[in-house]
Amino acid sequence: MPTPSRYWREIPQRYRLEAEKCKGCGLILFPPRLVCPQCGKREFERTKLAGTGKLLTYTVIRVAPEGFEDQSPYAVGIAELDDGARLTAQVVDCDFSRLKVGLRVKLEFRKIHEDGAAGVIHYGYKFVPE
Amino acid sequence: MSGIIGYGAYIPRNRIKVEEIAKVWGADAPSYKKGLLLEEKAVPSPDQDTITMSVEASKNALRRAGIDPREIGAVYIGSESHPYAVKPSGTVLAEAIGATPDVHTADLEFACKAGTEGMFIALSLVQAGAIKYGLAVGADTSQGAPGDALEYSAAAGAAAFIFGREKLVAEALDTFSYTTDTPDFWRREYQYYPQHGGRFTGDPAYFKHVMGAAQGLLAKAKMKPSDFDYVVFHQPNGKFPLRVGEMLGFVRKQIDPGWLVPKLGNTYSGSSPLGLTATLDIAKPGNMILIVSYGSGAGSDGFIFRVTDRIDEVRELAPRTRDLLDRDKVYLEYGTYAKYRRKIRKAE
Amino acid sequence: MRDVAVIGLGMTKWGELWAKPLRSIFVEAALLAIEDAGLDRIDSMVVGCMSSGLFVGQEHLASLLSDYLGRNPIPAARVESACSSGGLALRQGFIEVASGMSDVVLVGGVEKMTDVTGCEATFALGTAADQEYESYHGLTFPGLYAMMAVAHMHRYGTTRDQLSMVAVKNHDNGSKNPLAQFPSKVTVEMVNQSVLVADPLRILDCSPITDGAAAVVLCPLDMAKRMKKPAVRITGSGQATDTISLSSRKDITRLESTHIAAGKALAMAGRKIEDMDLFEVHDCFTIAEIMITEALGLAAPGQGGKAVEDGVTGLRGKHPVNPSGGLKSKGHPVGATGVAQAVEVVKQLRGEAGERQVKGAKRGLTQNMGGTGGSALVHVFEAD
Repeated sequence: MPTPSRYWREIPQRYRLEAEKCKGCGLILFPPRLVCPQCGKREFERTKLAGTGKLLTYTVIRVAPEGFEDQSPYAVGIAELDDGARLTAQVVDCDFSRLKVGLRVKLEFRKIHEDGAAGVIHYGYKFVPE
Repeated sequence: MSGIIGYGAYIPRNRIKVEEIAKVWGADAPSYKKGLLLEEKAVPSPDQDTITMSVEASKNALRRAGIDPREIGAVYIGSESHPYAVKPSGTVLAEAIGATPDVHTADLEFACKAGTEGMFIALSLVQAGAIKYGLAVGADTSQGAPGDALEYSAAAGAAAFIFGREKLVAEALDTFSYTTDTPDFWRREYQYYPQHGGRFTGDPAYFKHVMGAAQGLLAKAKMKPSDFDYVVFHQPNGKFPLRVGEMLGFVRKQIDPGWLVPKLGNTYSGSSPLGLTATLDIAKPGNMILIVSYGSGAGSDGFIFRVTDRIDEVRELAPRTRDLLDRDKVYLEYGTYAKYRRKIRKAE
Repeated sequence: MRDVAVIGLGMTKWGELWAKPLRSIFVEAALLAIEDAGLDRIDSMVVGCMSSGLFVGQEHLASLLSDYLGRNPIPAARVESACSSGGLALRQGFIEVASGMSDVVLVGGVEKMTDVTGCEATFALGTAADQEYESYHGLTFPGLYAMMAVAHMHRYGTTRDQLSMVAVKNHDNGSKNPLAQFPSKVTVEMVNQSVLVADPLRILDCSPITDGAAAVVLCPLDMAKRMKKPAVRITGSGQATDTISLSSRKDITRLESTHIAAGKALAMAGRKIEDMDLFEVHDCFTIAEIMITEALGLAAPGQGGKAVEDGVTGLRGKHPVNPSGGLKSKGHPVGATGVAQAVEVVKQLRGEAGERQVKGAKRGLTQNMGGTGGSALVHVFEAD
C-alpha cells in the first residue's frame, strides 16, 4: 500500500475527484495526465468528476489482497459517471443481491485502508447506491 | 448578525438492537430498553470513522449554505474518537471540501461536548469579523466497553454547521457555557474503552451542568422556556434529556423533534448537534431554538438560535436527519457488530 | 531479417516446488533446452520474469541466472510485462536472432511464487493493475477478470456452465501432460460448486499459484538446417499494448491488444487465423480463454462460450485451444508461461506431444497476455 508521499500526491483526486478535460477532444482524464491518450494534445482545463453514475460491471471479492483481508468479502465495480468518465471503486452499503449492471450509484468519502495499527490511514471514494 | 448559514447530518446505515447486545451478556433487554428509553443504535461500517462522517455531513452543510468552500476560514472537528492520537482530523476534512490551504484548523475534544465547542469557536470568529465562514462538526464513533451499560448506547453520527454573517438560516442570539472539573467519565491514553462513575454521571454531572448552562443562558437572555419552540439537549440515553427538560420547565412537544436517541443511540459529540439538525429540518421561520450540550469532565455549551425565512429554501437541498435515521437500515448481529467495532482480538 | 528456428526445448514439472529456489528451477529447464538443442553454445540470454523482486526479493535476475547457468560473461537481459513476460522474452530473443545481432539465444521464463503467503502473492500479481486507481481500492486479478465476466455474461449471455467447460477441457488436456501441476480431471459440477473467489469466478475458474520454468533455444534457420535438426520456425511475432486500467478500455468485454498483436503476427507470417492448427492461449481465468478465442477470431464476438460448449476448441475440435492443459491445469508460474506455450507448440509441431498430439499439426499460435490485457504477445510457429 502507498507510502505517505505516494498517498499524499493523489489527495486532490482521492478526496476531491479533481480531473482534467482535454482541450482538444473533450476527454475527461482521471487522474490527470501529461498527454491525452485520445488525441495526443497536451492542454487541459481543470474539472471535477460528477458525483453520480451507474455500474457497468461489478464483482464481490472474497479472497482479498494483503491489507484488505478484514474487509472481505467486499463488492467492487466500474461505474460510468454522469459526465462520461469511468471509475473503479468499492461498492458499499449495498446488499450483494442488489448489485446489478446499471445500478445507480453516488460517490461517498470513506476509509480505503489502514496501514496496520500504526500506519497512515488511507481515505478515498467508494460507490453507494443512489 | 451571525449564525448558521448551512447545516448537514450524516448517520451510518447499520443498526444493532438492545436485545441483540443483551442476549450476548445475559442482560434483561426489556429493563434496559425501559431504563434507557433506547431501542437501537447506529453502528459505523469498518470503512467509516469520525473523519469520513464529518466529510459527508460537511458536504450536506455546504449544499445548504451554497458558498465557495475556499472562503471557509476555519474548520473544526470535535470528537472523542479522532482516528489519530496525533495527526489532525480537521486537515483531512478541510482538504476534502476544498477549504485548504488558507484556513485555520484545530481538532477539539471534551467528551460529548466537542461538537458544540467547535460551533462556539467558529461562531465567535465570525462574530469577531476574523473569518467570513466557519465550519464546525460534531462527530463520533465511540466505543462502549463490552458488557458495560454504555455499550447499549455508544453510537456513531456527525452533524456539521457553517457559520457566517449573510444569508442566515438561523441567527445565533446568545451563548453561555458552564464548566467545572468533574470526573464522571474518562479514558486514559492507551486504554481502549472509557470508564465512568456509574450513578455519579447523573445529578452531579449531566444534570448539574445542563441545568447550569440552560439556566445561565436563559437568565442572560432574559428568556423563559415557554419563549422557545424547540429545545435540544445532549442525549446520552432517552431518559436524561426528557428529565432535564421537565426539570427546567420544557414540555415534550418542544423536545420531541430533536429527540433522536431512542433509534440512534448516543452519538457523543454528534448528539445535541444532530438533535439540532433534526430540529432545523422541521422548524419554521421565526422559531426559537435552545440547544444545550453536555460533555463529561464536565461542561455544557448553550446556544439560542432564531430560525429565519431562509430555512424553507435550504431544507430540501440535503438529506433530512430523520430520513438518514430511518432509511435502508441494516441490522447487525452481535458478532458482526463486534468485528466492525474491533472488539475481537486478532493476531498481530 | 533472418529466419529463426527453435532447436531446443526445456521444461520441468511445475507445482509447489518447496525444495527448489528460483535459480535452480530456471537452470534445470535451461539445461534441458540446451541439451535438446544439441549445441553447447549460447550467445545471449533473455529471461522473462514478472516479479522476482516481490516474490523472492531478487532483482538483477538475468546476471544471477547466467551466473548459475555457468554462462558468464554472455549478455543477458530480464524483461517484464506482467504475465506476458515470457512471451515478451520470446519476442526479444526472436528479434535478436532475426536481426543478426546474435546467433544462438536462450529464451527462458521463470517464476517462484510459493515463498510468500497467498495474500502477498495476490498483492504481487496485483501490481500488474493500476496501483493507484485499481489496486488501491482492493482490486485483485480474479476481481478484475470477474468484472469482465459479469459484463460479458450480461451483454452476450455467456453462462456459468460455459465458463466451467473451459476448465473441464483444459484439465482433460492437462491430464495427458506429465509436467502439469494439476493433471486431474474436473467436471462442470465440480467447477460450479468450487468456492467463490470473486463472483462469479470460483477457485476452479482460476489458474493456480505455481513455481516453474521453461526454456527454448533459438538460432538462425540456416544453422538449424546445417545441424540437420527438425526445424520449427517462428514465422510471426506481434505485440500490442492497451490501457493499464480496465475502466479505461473502450470495451471491457474485448481483448483488443490480443486482436492487434495476432493481426501483426499473422501478417508477418503471411497467414490467416484459419491456417493455424492449434493454439496455446492465456487462460489465466476461464473467462479469459473465452474472450481470447473471440479476439483471435476463432469465434464471433460474444460467441466464445458457445465455441467451447460446442467442442470447437476441444483437442479434437476444429480449433484446438490449450492442448497442454493451459494455465489452468498446467500451472501459471507467471514469467514462465509465455515460454512454456512455445515449448508446447513446438512439441506439437515436432509430433512429440504423445496422448495430447493434435494430428498433423503444422502451424501453431501462442498468445500470452499481461494484466487484464494491457499487453499481448502473439507468435506464429510453423514446421517445415
